Amino acid sequence: MSNREKHWEKTKGQMIVTLALWFFFGYVIFMFGESINSASFLGYPLAYYMCAQGSLLAFVVILFWSANKQEKIDDEFGFTSREDE
Amino acid sequence: MFKGKFIDNLPKIYGTYTGGFLIFIILMAIAEQAGMEAKTIGIMFVAFTVAIYAFIGWLSRTVQVDAYYVAGRSVPTVFNGMATAADWMSGASFVAMAGGIYFGGYTYMAFLVGWTGGYILVSSLLAPYLRKFGCYTVPDFIGTRYGGNLARFCAVVVLTLASFTYVTAQINATGTIAARALGIPFELGVWVGLVSILLCSMLGGMRAVTWTQVAQYIVLITAYLIPIFWISNRGGYGFFPHLMLGEEVARLGELEAQFGLVKNAAADIKAAGVPGGLKSISLPHSGVPAGGMAAWKFISLALCMMVGTASLPHILMRYFTTPSVKAARKSVAWSLFFIFLLYSSAPMLATLSKLQLMDPTLPTGIIGKEISAVMAIDWVSAWTAQKQAFIADFNGDGILQLNEWFMRGDVVVLSTPEVAGLPYVISGLVAAGGMAAAMSTADGLVLAIANALSHDIYFKMIDPKADVRKRLIVARALLVVIGGFGAYIASMRITSILGAVAWAFDFAMSGLFFPLVLGVWWKRATRQGAIAGMITGLGAGTAYLIYVYPKFMGNPAWMGIDHLRFGIIGASVCLVVMVVVSLMTPEPDSATQKMVDELRVPSGKTILGKQH
Repeated sequence: MSNREKHWEKTKGQMIVTLALWFFFGYVIFMFGESINSASFLGYPLAYYMCAQGSLLAFVVILFWSANKQEKIDDEFGFTSREDE
Repeated sequence: MFKGKFIDNLPKIYGTYTGGFLIFIILMAIAEQAGMEAKTIGIMFVAFTVAIYAFIGWLSRTVQVDAYYVAGRSVPTVFNGMATAADWMSGASFVAMAGGIYFGGYTYMAFLVGWTGGYILVSSLLAPYLRKFGCYTVPDFIGTRYGGNLARFCAVVVLTLASFTYVTAQINATGTIAARALGIPFELGVWVGLVSILLCSMLGGMRAVTWTQVAQYIVLITAYLIPIFWISNRGGYGFFPHLMLGEEVARLGELEAQFGLVKNAAADIKAAGVPGGLKSISLPHSGVPAGGMAAWKFISLALCMMVGTASLPHILMRYFTTPSVKAARKSVAWSLFFIFLLYSSAPMLATLSKLQLMDPTLPTGIIGKEISAVMAIDWVSAWTAQKQAFIADFNGDGILQLNEWFMRGDVVVLSTPEVAGLPYVISGLVAAGGMAAAMSTADGLVLAIANALSHDIYFKMIDPKADVRKRLIVARALLVVIGGFGAYIASMRITSILGAVAWAFDFAMSGLFFPLVLGVWWKRATRQGAIAGMITGLGAGTAYLIYVYPKFMGNPAWMGIDHLRFGIIGASVCLVVMVVVSLMTPEPDSATQKMVDELRVPSGKTILGKQH
């Protein structure tokens, strides 16, 4: 496999992991909204908390984490993007 | 020389701006204490902020193509994040979101999840690759990746339909706020709103829109957060409401049980003469409705909004302005951070304002009190006179029950400072914030449409030899025409038949999501596949909308997919048709395949040249 192909394989892997996390916080939790709502977090019912703040915050964290991870992948294969190219 | 200096000085410039704005708020507060009239304060707030945006728009004027279309690709990560957040959060987010939660509770909050989660799709599937491509507009990518004017044209059609559905609502919102704050008729307010929007964008295109959007973000977030913190601290609910309103949410549950959640019959509402668009609380605030269907409705709505987010051109094009691919990715993360600041506050505002009205032990509570006494409260009589609130004594006992109090959703944000007894300066600030939110989104949308028409239709199809001067004249003329058309539609007050803001997301996802994503992620995707996908996807989605929407054919929704979720049908059809047709047609030529390979590498030159 060429350098480019390896880079793309890793990029794809990173994309899949990111989307799996996205799927969990965006959908899986709310599929069970009814049953998790009896639990509480910070005094809020859990499902309410997750759609008011929890999942939103998780998305922000996932985005920063994923961007950093992808930068490392790019660096590893010598594809670091620079400004004004 | 100036440009480099300008970019380096950004934190200082916007820091000074924020300080200036805070001083302005304090001066207004002092003026109010000194006896300045409420109306004058409202006018000052709107006029002062709009004048600043116009000034920024004038400073950012340009005669260069890449500055006009993509702000010279020099917008730093964090600032692009703020600009995107302002671009994203519309008048609807600012004014209507807390109102939606107020009435819809948990059920409505699917929008919060949907309107944030979409950024993960933007970041991992599209933004960095479109930035590497170096396009000026979204159809520019479709047109070049798949080749041919037909593909480009289809993308322009989807873009225009989705963005235009959205923009009339925004111009409508600027009109409403301008009319209220300046004390002029709505029809005139719409045109005042339009002029303000064009002042920001016309001379400098994307560059001007970027720098005004940053300024607008600062105003709108300040205007949203100050009242929430103020009310929370004054009422002793906790100094940091986001983490400390658990008891209040539980208290709302108790009050719901005490008063009973009653859904009024349509006939009763009609008989009592409740003005259109007003609602009463009939859904639990934090309770999750039972059953698999309710869970499916929640996640299907979130899905439509997420996929729609990743297909809306006015958002995607913001990431064309970053200096590098890496910066585009980071910038998506910052965008969502800035959006999060407002979105996570909306449920808190809804909780606090609901409690103010519902709790009979609070001096502000109105539910469970005598109707004659409630009607005598200043803000109640003012909003009732404007048909924004209404009391219908269904059971005739003279006591206001929960299901007898009707209000328009927008009023929640606009009236809360007044209801909670905050000084008028806060109401003026909120008006300025709502204006900033509606203007910034309208600017982004009008620019997205005008750029697609001027770059993709005029320059790429009609007159490829046009020089820079001519291209920019056409771009500006189109901006005025489209804005004018949007304002004209808004001034006719027919926006209610244009449907919900959610439709824009469904249109965009029906026609654009898979052609964009597969263009990057599937080399085998062909021109014929993309064209067939866009046409059938948009066609199927629109046909289903007509089939299911109560004001059109009004058929029962299939599997709970109602008019807010028709994108599920459109996007599925688009995906299937695009894959089948692509596999039936010969694979793309080697030049196209090489282009896709190049697209996936973050380093190196953009695929389209700096000037194209």
